Amino acid sequence: MSEAAGALREPWHSLSRQREAAAFGIWLFLASELLFFGGMLLCYAVCRYSHPQGFLEAARQTNIVFGTVNTLTLLTSSFCMAIASEAGKSGLRRLAIGGLAGTLMLGFVFLVIKGLEYRDDISQHLVPGAHFALPQLGAQLFFSLYWMMTGVHALHLTVGMIIIARLVLVGIRRELPLTSPEIQVTALYWHLVDIIWIILYPLLYLGGRA
Amino acid sequence: MSGATILVRPLTPVPESGNYLTAGRTIWSWLTSTDHKRIAILYAISITVFFFIGAAAIAVIRFELLTPTGQYISDDTYNKLFTLHGVVMVWFFLIPSIPNTFGNFLLPLMIGAPDVAFPRLNLFSWYLNIAGGLFTLYAVIAGGVDTGWTFYTPFSTMFSNSHVLAAAAGVFVAGFSSIATGVNFIATIHMLRTEGMSWMRLPLFVWSLYATSLVLILATPVLAVTLLLIVAERWLGLPIFDPAHGGDPLLFQHLFWFYSHPAVYIMILPAMGVVTEVITCFARRRVFGYDFMVYALVAIAGIGFFVWGHHMFVSGQSPYASLVFSFLSFVVAVPSAIKVFNWTATLYRGSISFEAPMLYALGFIGLFTIGGSTGLFLASIPVDIQVHDTYFVIAHFHYIMVGGSVSAFFAALHYWWPKITGKLYDEAWARFAAILMFFGFNFTFFPQFVLGYLGNPRRYHVYPPQFQVFHVMSSTGASVLAAAYLLPPIYLIWSMRWGRAAGDNPWGATGLEWRTSSPPPLHNFLNPPKVEQQPYAYHPEGRGPVPGSRTPYRTQDQPS
Repeated sequence: MSEAAGALREPWHSLSRQREAAAFGIWLFLASELLFFGGMLLCYAVCRYSHPQGFLEAARQTNIVFGTVNTLTLLTSSFCMAIASEAGKSGLRRLAIGGLAGTLMLGFVFLVIKGLEYRDDISQHLVPGAHFALPQLGAQLFFSLYWMMTGVHALHLTVGMIIIARLVLVGIRRELPLTSPEIQVTALYWHLVDIIWIILYPLLYLGGRA
Repeated sequence: MSGATILVRPLTPVPESGNYLTAGRTIWSWLTSTDHKRIAILYAISITVFFFIGAAAIAVIRFELLTPTGQYISDDTYNKLFTLHGVVMVWFFLIPSIPNTFGNFLLPLMIGAPDVAFPRLNLFSWYLNIAGGLFTLYAVIAGGVDTGWTFYTPFSTMFSNSHVLAAAAGVFVAGFSSIATGVNFIATIHMLRTEGMSWMRLPLFVWSLYATSLVLILATPVLAVTLLLIVAERWLGLPIFDPAHGGDPLLFQHLFWFYSHPAVYIMILPAMGVVTEVITCFARRRVFGYDFMVYALVAIAGIGFFVWGHHMFVSGQSPYASLVFSFLSFVVAVPSAIKVFNWTATLYRGSISFEAPMLYALGFIGLFTIGGSTGLFLASIPVDIQVHDTYFVIAHFHYIMVGGSVSAFFAALHYWWPKITGKLYDEAWARFAAILMFFGFNFTFFPQFVLGYLGNPRRYHVYPPQFQVFHVMSSTGASVLAAAYLLPPIYLIWSMRWGRAAGDNPWGATGLEWRTSSPPPLHNFLNPPKVEQQPYAYHPEGRGPVPGSRTPYRTQDQPS
């Protein structure tokens, strides 16, 4: 069986059509994802409008060093992912697998840093509840949204990492045809997770620091 | 392809491997099948179970409401039963009903495709739906939920002592099943249309699924994230809608209705598609104004996103916002009215016969018109303030969801039953059930318009004695309706064993789904069909149908 035939699945008759459909399908899913995060962004906008001072005060408490390093990490991971995707299309197996592995590693670094940041936040009583550190009205809302948005984002990242880990594994075993649309589709998903972070970064870290 | 050797495409391809029903006989072969037709059957079975669970809950309530005082169940149980009814009927019956059963079964057949674009995702969506259903059933068994299907804060996040988390998790998971279906349908319609099936040749049922899928993809995630925030607030104590920390409970309502109003269109758009297929077939007419039927479907899906505020006229939202939402709610009625007028015009000078699917479809037009027009009462702010949260609202949306969607579901069930099973059901019983359902439905819900207008609020366990006569009428009607629901399962299952063989095209319809065997072979068509025609060529253009003739002028794969 040729590599191209190995990537072809029911109900498709041609690989190019299948790839087109996979990309189209993932774009539809990404539209759905945007509305998912959009709901939380709307909550953020409404709450910030109601409590501008509380939000600025709260945003000053987030850890900008961790946040900025993570932004750079994630952007670099997206760069690796883009390399993997293009290399896959061109049939460059080692480069494709290398790109995927790089993405995976940087994703892991992101999660570790995020974990350190969470530990920091908890020790500074930035979890909403009885022992919350900030008295301003609205600050608890900000941190509710901070935990939810970064948490859901991290969950998306983890799902992406699981998918990439599988791609690396089957790629090394040569079970993954490079022409398979899976790499490109995963890349699109990964870029979305990245873009969401680029929106979250200024909202959560840059407020009140001008 | 060996196209040159096949001079005449056989009308009845005789598949070597039997049909999709005989392709594997173990339960395992069904649970692991990625065949869209089998997944449709899986959905049909699971939504039927959920339908009867939801119906049982409301049966207890209607029995209790025979008398003005609460006698048989406690207030608490009453609240839990109407919540169960709402949650199960909305998310585990109505939302998946027509799209996931008939949509799944027919979409690839109607566009001449071997399957949907992502068959494994399709199967996965069923498992998600079942997982969501199990969470919800767990909530019921563990003690129930008493928030109503709307999960309004701060009651759901702070005060309710019931199993809100499990129910919200169930709906959350089921939501992703909806999204998967929406993605699959849109990709299928874009990428897998057979040769000659251009956009403006798509059967209107396919168009209705397309419009529905747009809503599924773009509205469902907002519900999902809203429920997630409810869970975070209730379970993790993260205040988001809590006014004590500056949060806004109305924000929850905005987010909830941003999904839940378009969700009404998820329920009604596929029903409109079904009714179009049935009306054209049994009136033997080309559909009146095909283009406008398409535009109307897409317009309803689009405008439907901008009317959610009419659920919140008395919530304290800005009166200017209410004004805009009121106006837009009137606007969304226009494409709906276009559809009703076009169905009526399609009937004009048709050669009409009254088989069971047609009775259901005609019932749909009447009931949908009443449901739709009373929606305009509710869209007008002063009237809404009088009847808000009364039985008037209950009656209105049941005319849409039960009178509309469920009638269309039964129309579809009877119309495509011969294709799905290869057997004919008993027409006399089916007509009887259709008529019984129509009367039972009106008997149940029309009195509720009066009740609501007189001021009986919804969701109340007890009511003033002067309302009793209407409640007794409604409960009596409900038992007639229940009988009408129990009949079809009996004679349909009977037909599977003892019914006559249906043949490929028992109704003389024009669509591609009738150009393959009944039941269809595993891959739908032995040779991919080629489309040459508009979908409803029941008669030559310029001349009406021949009275009494059941032979279509041209099926979709026959050249003019």
